[in-house]
Amino acid sequence: MDYSKEFLQGLYRTMVRSRAFDSKAEELFLEGKLPGFIHLYIGEEAIATGVMANLRKDDYITSTHRGHGHMIAKGADMKKMMAELYGKITGYCRGKGGSMHIADLSIGVLGANGEVAGGLPIASGAGMAIKLKKTDQVVVAFFGDGASNRGAFHEALNWCSVYKLPVIFVNENNQFASTERVQETTSVQNISDRAVSYSIPGVTIDGNDVSAVYETVKSAVERARNGGGPTLIEAKTYRIKGHFVGDPTLYRGKKEVQEYWKREPIGRFEKKLKEMGMLTDKEKENIKNEAEKEVEEAVKFSEDSPFPEPVSALQDLFVDDTGYGY
Amino acid sequence: MREITFSEALGEAMYEEMTRNPTIFTYGEDIAKQGGIFGAYKPLLGKFSDRIIDTPISEEVIFGSALGAALAGMRPVAEFHFADFIFTGMTAVTNQIMKIRYMTGGQAKLPLVLRGPDGISKSAAAQHSESIETIFMHVPGIKVIIPSTPYDMKGLFKTALRSDDPVICFEHKLLYKMKGPVPEEEYYIPFGVADVKRKGKDVTVVTTSRMVHESLKAAEVLLKEDIDVEVIDLRTLIPLDKKTVIDSVKKTHHLVVAHETWRKGGWGAEVASVVQEEAFDYLDAPILRVGARNVHIPFSPPLQDFVVPDHKDVEKAVKKVLGEV
Ligand SMILES: Cc1ncc(C[n+]2csc(CCOP(=O)(O)OP(=O)(O)O)c2C)c(N)n1
Repeated sequence: MDYSKEFLQGLYRTMVRSRAFDSKAEELFLEGKLPGFIHLYIGEEAIATGVMANLRKDDYITSTHRGHGHMIAKGADMKKMMAELYGKITGYCRGKGGSMHIADLSIGVLGANGEVAGGLPIASGAGMAIKLKKTDQVVVAFFGDGASNRGAFHEALNWCSVYKLPVIFVNENNQFASTERVQETTSVQNISDRAVSYSIPGVTIDGNDVSAVYETVKSAVERARNGGGPTLIEAKTYRIKGHFVGDPTLYRGKKEVQEYWKREPIGRFEKKLKEMGMLTDKEKENIKNEAEKEVEEAVKFSEDSPFPEPVSALQDLFVDDTGYGY
Repeated sequence: MREITFSEALGEAMYEEMTRNPTIFTYGEDIAKQGGIFGAYKPLLGKFSDRIIDTPISEEVIFGSALGAALAGMRPVAEFHFADFIFTGMTAVTNQIMKIRYMTGGQAKLPLVLRGPDGISKSAAAQHSESIETIFMHVPGIKVIIPSTPYDMKGLFKTALRSDDPVICFEHKLLYKMKGPVPEEEYYIPFGVADVKRKGKDVTVVTTSRMVHESLKAAEVLLKEDIDVEVIDLRTLIPLDKKTVIDSVKKTHHLVVAHETWRKGGWGAEVASVVQEEAFDYLDAPILRVGARNVHIPFSPPLQDFVVPDHKDVEKAVKKVLGEV
């Protein structure tokens, strides 16, 4: 990759920030400070980072239940994210959504989703809007391996292919859908093989290699911006943490997980940057410290923020907020 | 009597009926390795491994295939994982399962069961917290069971596993770990027989599932104020035990219906209508409804507490129906 030090360190920084956020979220959840469920993006950071480095602020994404990393890479404010995890009024969704429903429409995040594959039809619609408005924006729909077995996935691919919509389907194949291994429930070896049925390009890449993700998405985005239609990109990775924080993970062995820790994306990219002379130990430390500081500030902001007033639960059902919530 | 959990009661019902009937098999997401997200199938894992199947995340096929398997001579028990996700395969339920016997002039027999968790838990937010039993009461064609205790869970589920009609079973997430007496001896609970969980003479509270326990708690509190509440657990919505409800109203002359699902258009409204149609003259006051507020289940704990009803809401309604507030 022939890129500037600034650009490469930018990728590294995004991954480190994402990791720092989720590591803290895990810790806080285990300490009983966060309600609800938390699905960690740890080990999958290269995908969101490599994808988002190709997007503009006015491009759209649809995220998943495992979406913290998508949010951070798209430019979300960690304070508002953390406050949402705490259920505080200062959170992105004013405490109504929580981890699984974080959204920031102002930066093009059309929502995380508690429903597996729930984002794919939404991304298709955003693609239609772009086509009708004749802009050169694109949409990226993130989804898991498990999601590729839902009808919504197949219907969305066919749809976007037929209308040639600027939608890039980014499959984060972390090899598990909760307790189920991908090969036990999925008819294809590579999820990208499914692109053939919908006459769109499909490619499988190493999702733990941020450069590979960046390069692949770059050409898909270029094609989409120029009216070339959708692409299916399968980024193979591994979910090194449980499905949710607290998952006993009885469905796999510890050894297997240890093996995959060796291939996690941040350490790998760090090594590569060092070999390229693009990252010194001192720079690395600085980036890590800054990320940790940012997370600590977000935690403090959240802890200092109040919970929403109970009656605020009745707001936000409609724009016309005149008594529909009661 | 020995005590077991709600979840163990479900496991036992399945174990006993699967042992008896080789055509029963069960499938859904995340059930074959850890026995379901709440672990209810754990006792089955070693014994019936070929009849417990993990499926892809393909809800329309999970439900639709239950219909196909039932038509082809098996007795499927399909899990819906979270009640909210029934909607992702809803057409297979409302448009296929619930209609086919009727549309084919009674040719088809559909010995199938759909089951899984519903209701709130600790801040699962809007897409993992719904109670949607009313919809299946509204659309004709499926029997709806919604147990509140381990005893009822086991007895009703065993009946479901012998039914030749489709059954949907809603199990509240906050009940799975609840313990209660369940006899060692085999028993079945017929559908359409409500259970008077507490006898009382002043006000009738008709309820189901988690709200049975909230209503019993309310009754305890109200007793201190000399208000004697009768708590009726319907246990099944289809068939609906009108007689037990009406007999109670004839005695107490006051009715409150209480459920976790939305108050607006919830099944309590149907019960209220039935009572005013059939026992209007026995009522001393308008029927009152307790249910969730007309918004989605929010994430933040103080918001969830505000939206979802508990015993305090039942207490308020009981006092109001008696004209005491
Ligand atoms: C439609 C639907 N069905 C079931 C679930 C329950 N569920 C939540 S996450 C999950 C597994 C998702 O796997 P995958 O799409 O591979 O994403 P991953 O969790 O691995 O990131 C399941 C079954 C759901 N949220 N939505």
